[in-house]
Amino acid sequence: MNDMTVSGFLLPAALAIAFLLVSAALLMSLARLVLGPDEPDRILALDTLYVNTVALLVLLGMQLGSNLYFEAALLIALFGFVGTVALAKFLTRGDIIE
Amino acid sequence: MSPAVPDLIIEILLSALIVIGAAFTCLGSFGLLRLRDFYSRLHTPTKATTLGVGSLLIASAIFFSWQEPGLSLHEILVAIFLFITAPVGAHLMAKAALHLRVRGQSGLPPDEILDGRDNGSPSESGTGAPEARW
Repeated sequence: MNDMTVSGFLLPAALAIAFLLVSAALLMSLARLVLGPDEPDRILALDTLYVNTVALLVLLGMQLGSNLYFEAALLIALFGFVGTVALAKFLTRGDIIE
Repeated sequence: MSPAVPDLIIEILLSALIVIGAAFTCLGSFGLLRLRDFYSRLHTPTKATTLGVGSLLIASAIFFSWQEPGLSLHEILVAIFLFITAPVGAHLMAKAALHLRVRGQSGLPPDEILDGRDNGSPSESGTGAPEARW
């Protein structure tokens, strides 16, 4: 697994920039989650946090040269969608499973 | 495996895709933080999902197809799942916001439109009393 790590100069630099940008995106979504004036804002911020986490996991998989993180990214995308649907459904109907 | 494409070109392509994807993800969250009302905020993270995470996943697919023998395609699975579910989630959140009467910059539609849009299901249209079905 050692020879699969990133070699050269360009790709590590791009990965470092991308980590910084995605971490900033996570922080901004967290700020909207805390600030959000209404409940749909908070659901939207949580959904965005899930998507940003998927992006961060994809970057981590490339950084470490490991294929393992895609299952985690897929699971997070799945549960993020289920959580978004459940929360929006709860706000609209007052119940999740009727 | 002899490289069909020089490594430098793949590396430049990967770096461009990674930086573009991360920049779009960051811009989506920036719009989520800075835009003024909920309905404007709703559209920026969808762009972050489609363009940002999409190009990051394409970069990852190219990366693992380049580093390892064989084609690596299970990133496409995540991409397809995200592309399908992002509009569905946004639609449900917009419906929740309209149901809660969250006001936008230009106000809300009239109440009869908000209440009467979705009661057209054929099994219940004949029961008389118009009730809000959202």
